[in-house]
Amino acid sequence: MKKTYLNEFHSAHNGNLVDFSGWEMPINYGSQINEHNEVRANVGVFDVSHMAVFDFLGDNQVEFLRKLLPNDVNKILNDERALYSPLLNENGRILDDLIVYHTGNNNFRIISNCATRQQNKLWFNENAEQFGVEVNFQEDASIIALQGPNSDKILSSLYSIDLKNFHIYQDEEVMIARTGYTGEIGYEIISNQEKGLELWNHFISKDVRPIGLAARDTLRLEAGLNLYGSDMSIDNHPYESNLGWTIDNTDTNRAYIGKESIANETNTKKLIGFYTEERGVLRAGSKVYFPGGEGVVTSGTWSPTFKKNIGFCRVDANYPAQGNALLRDKEINLHFCETNFLKHLK
Amino acid sequence: MAKVPSNLKFLDSHEWARVEDDGTVTVGISDHAQELLGDIVFVELPEVGKEISQSSDIAIVESVKAASDVYSPLTGEVTEINEALNDNPEIINSSPYEDGWFFKIKPQDISEMEKLLDAAAYESSSEG
Repeated sequence: MKKTYLNEFHSAHNGNLVDFSGWEMPINYGSQINEHNEVRANVGVFDVSHMAVFDFLGDNQVEFLRKLLPNDVNKILNDERALYSPLLNENGRILDDLIVYHTGNNNFRIISNCATRQQNKLWFNENAEQFGVEVNFQEDASIIALQGPNSDKILSSLYSIDLKNFHIYQDEEVMIARTGYTGEIGYEIISNQEKGLELWNHFISKDVRPIGLAARDTLRLEAGLNLYGSDMSIDNHPYESNLGWTIDNTDTNRAYIGKESIANETNTKKLIGFYTEERGVLRAGSKVYFPGGEGVVTSGTWSPTFKKNIGFCRVDANYPAQGNALLRDKEINLHFCETNFLKHLK
Repeated sequence: MAKVPSNLKFLDSHEWARVEDDGTVTVGISDHAQELLGDIVFVELPEVGKEISQSSDIAIVESVKAASDVYSPLTGEVTEINEALNDNPEIINSSPYEDGWFFKIKPQDISEMEKLLDAAAYESSSEG
């Protein structure tokens, strides 16, 4: 199994290590609920170095990315900042989701998921060639996510950056971006492993708790953020994955991959949130029902913040406010809502 | 992991049984089981008076991660359930062998205890 450079730290700090897409990663360091609550109330630090970092070389990166991604990097050309986008194939189906960072002077970096790294490497190379763009996969990058309402304070103990209206900071050693996967204020720090270890140890010395991937999953679910492979896959198009907002057709002449295919999508399904006051957890794969339609749960968990069962389900588009599901042969009532539970249930 | 108490007997599906002075048998899940499950958020306990046979499912324990059936170590009648688990299921994580017990049974045939694993045998089977 592959290991990140922080593997020894995880083992030595009570990390329960599991196989995560071929990487040995900490699922928790004892209690995923305590870790979740720590990020919501204070601050926590995640090792996400298993994710894939791609840098690009060449003069036509803008043109390349405007072809590659349905979201339009034109939005971030005037600033150094980040943009979320799905990655589509010619059929408009989702290959992955990613963050593209404008690192200045029309140079870009992409961070995408762990399990899709090989596929993306091939796909980027295949499509970059015609633009004379070189794809540099960063094999040994460190990615540390510092997340939570007190992450500003912790980051300020190292860097004197103005964090108001902050997007991206760069020096010779690090790129710091105001991105994350928790719904909290937070930062992702990309560097080499040596610098990563120094940063990680600094955060730990400031009593920032390490957070496992199980808490990362409940945090992102509460925040309404999709997980590739669960809430969307190669079988789905963006409109049925709550990602219509990432399809940017402002420039009608732009021909991005998958454009024609999704233009014809009759919009029959929606990815929405559900919650229930009843006991038990409705998990991925469970069916949901309502008069005139049905759906299937794509992610479901017990929410540590709201102390109830929440999740996402993909349903027929004419869904009402409430539905039902069978949980261990018992019918339970579901409330349908938007996927961002932090906004909806607060 | 905490040491497995030597006065308990086990099913290999991680339930423990302890014979009390009044002849009832207290049932819970092992420290190893709670560790595998992670943070427990919900239990479904049987009703008092329910008749149950050895090794059949009688309760459900659910963590953030997964739901799991709990099997009865003995045949008998449920005489008491641990109501505290309904509001505070995390007790199972913090005290699997004491405060986190699930239910008590009046056993029909106490010799069924002999079919269960002793602490040492359970410990070596769960290490595998």
